Amino acid sequence: MTASPTPARAATERRVAKKGRIRQRARIELPEDAGPIVTRRLSKRYGDLVAVDNLDLDVKAGEIFGLLGQNGAGKTTTILMLLGLAEPSAGVARVVGFDPTRAPLEVKRRVGYLPDNVGFYDGMTGRENLRYTARLNGMSGDDAEAKIADVLDQVGMTGRADTNVDTYSRGMLQRLGIADALVKDPSVLILDEPTTAIDPIGVVEILDMLRTLVRERGLAILLSSHLLAQVQSVCDRVGIFAAGKLIGIGTVPDLAEQFGEESARVEVGFEGIDAGGAESTAQVLRSIKGVTEVRLPARPGEPFTVLAERDGTSAVREALLATAASRGLRLSSIREVVPSLDDIYRRAVHARGLAVESGAAA
Amino acid sequence: MSAQAGTAPALPDVAVRPDERHIRPGWITIAGKELADHLLSVRLYVLLVILGIAAVIPLYFVGEDVRSAATSASGYPAIFIYLFAYPPQGVNFGPLSFTVSSFVAIAAPLLGVAFGFDAVNGERHQGTLPRLLSQPIHRDDVINGKFAGALLAITLALAVVLAVITGFGMLRLGIVPRLDEIIRLVAWLAVTVLYVALWLAFGMLLSVVIRRAATSALVGFGLWLFIAMPFIGPLLVSLLGTFVASGATTQAEYASTVQWVARLLPGQVYAEASAALLRPTLTSVSASEIYSTQAQQQIPTLFSFDQSFALIIPHVVILFALTVGCFALAYARFMRQEVRA
Repeated sequence: MTASPTPARAATERRVAKKGRIRQRARIELPEDAGPIVTRRLSKRYGDLVAVDNLDLDVKAGEIFGLLGQNGAGKTTTILMLLGLAEPSAGVARVVGFDPTRAPLEVKRRVGYLPDNVGFYDGMTGRENLRYTARLNGMSGDDAEAKIADVLDQVGMTGRADTNVDTYSRGMLQRLGIADALVKDPSVLILDEPTTAIDPIGVVEILDMLRTLVRERGLAILLSSHLLAQVQSVCDRVGIFAAGKLIGIGTVPDLAEQFGEESARVEVGFEGIDAGGAESTAQVLRSIKGVTEVRLPARPGEPFTVLAERDGTSAVREALLATAASRGLRLSSIREVVPSLDDIYRRAVHARGLAVESGAAA
Repeated sequence: MSAQAGTAPALPDVAVRPDERHIRPGWITIAGKELADHLLSVRLYVLLVILGIAAVIPLYFVGEDVRSAATSASGYPAIFIYLFAYPPQGVNFGPLSFTVSSFVAIAAPLLGVAFGFDAVNGERHQGTLPRLLSQPIHRDDVINGKFAGALLAITLALAVVLAVITGFGMLRLGIVPRLDEIIRLVAWLAVTVLYVALWLAFGMLLSVVIRRAATSALVGFGLWLFIAMPFIGPLLVSLLGTFVASGATTQAEYASTVQWVARLLPGQVYAEASAALLRPTLTSVSASEIYSTQAQQQIPTLFSFDQSFALIIPHVVILFALTVGCFALAYARFMRQEVRA
């Protein structure tokens, strides 16, 4: 009697073990004091293609977080999952305290979204388009009109609000899109490529506007962009996204630290140095303590590039000044080169060995 | 699957705060906007003119006939409805059955396709779909609202055309429709709306499946030409019918088989329903019975509205089922589609 149930018991144990594994995998702890956007091991697969791979993201209230990556890195997929417009294959997300998969309406009531390539109903004015959005958010009458006037003013579109949207430029559409996202009085703003296809002045205006919004309303903003240099200035923190993975996260200086070159760079320019004098000047510069390498200018008159140990840059700069004075070199410029986000991005992707194939889901 | 299993246990209960704002269901807002769009669209007025012309020409000739026959027709109980259901004498238009109702049967599907073919792909093309879906509405509110808005616009358009015809008839004939006739006309309007709803659902299915509005318009109007115009589809179906019925032993059996094959086209189902509603003298929609009653030279009887309606309950059910099926297909496809273009 005692021997007979063995196979059955083994099967049961296997089942239990399997169940336990599922349990364990499922128990993803979310931090208690979570910010408005939290994801843990958020993943999205399309067949064999992994668009988003175990993403852990935290966006705090009152900050602008930049999700940076090339086209096809998985930024839009991530955003759609945060809004409940795409279902994650695995992992959890919590946006303004709600699970976007289970309570999409609660999320969408509190999150303003500017889609990539935002569009409006042509044949309607900007104000009419916003009125429709207000109605969909359950706002009507004087309250809605006041709110619409307010957001139009905020994005500087009051003057053109009553003309047809098919007369708008790309930049105006983008600004109207931000107004549209603000109509519902959101506590989180998610902007997908807010600066793409906009002229440089328009970009500055939009980024200034975002800063003001954060300052005045304490919003949290998540923005995605593949134009790294453009958004570098406006983001409090950035996440570097490549092939569905977040490969670096932090402030731009943090990331420079993490993914920057081994040595710091200082550019020094001298007046009156011809091609012949360049080599002897380089010799002088090389003799300074802390300098690891000196690169000659590509053309006469351009500055020399001095590589130095990273923590010794201020000493090197002082030494450069002193040397120039004692050798009678007329110094015309000296500046430390901060690595751009583009450099950091390239290095980070390279360091993780992630070549991003274009054409994957954006 | 794994997402479900993965997320469920990990979620601490989040208090779902009931929103203090009273929010109207999203589909009503969307339907309202769609209706307003349709009522202001050039599309509607073009179609109204087409429909109006299609209805008024036969109406004019039938009106002439009725006037000239008025003396002999005195005492005939349903003369007003003659306007809609009978072809004019002495005007030959080839294969077209030249009645108001058959013209509406040809033109009405246009309304459905025209209001449906760009419902979803138009939003995609304009880039408004992601913005719309990021508002606090359910995804199906979009397709439900669009269907409801377009159907309401179509109903209004058809009602206007019907009212114009009725008014024209009253002027021409000097007869006021009786209650029974009004009921028949309203029922005919309802069945016509149902038939157009089928085409609308089909148009919306195209707009979900086909990404480019121009392509879905071509497919929709092409199929309309094929199915609703009496040249191609019905011709093929009647050929098929005679082929299938070639083994029939009696005339009645032959007629019945041909009719069953013809019913493969929803237009035939609608035409039968429409005939029963507009011709109180029609005591059967089955071809074999019509054949045998003709053979027996029965005394013409008039059906009351409820008797006529009882004849076409299966037709109404079929049209309704087809509409629901088409819409369900569009709905299911839309719910599974990716949001991004």
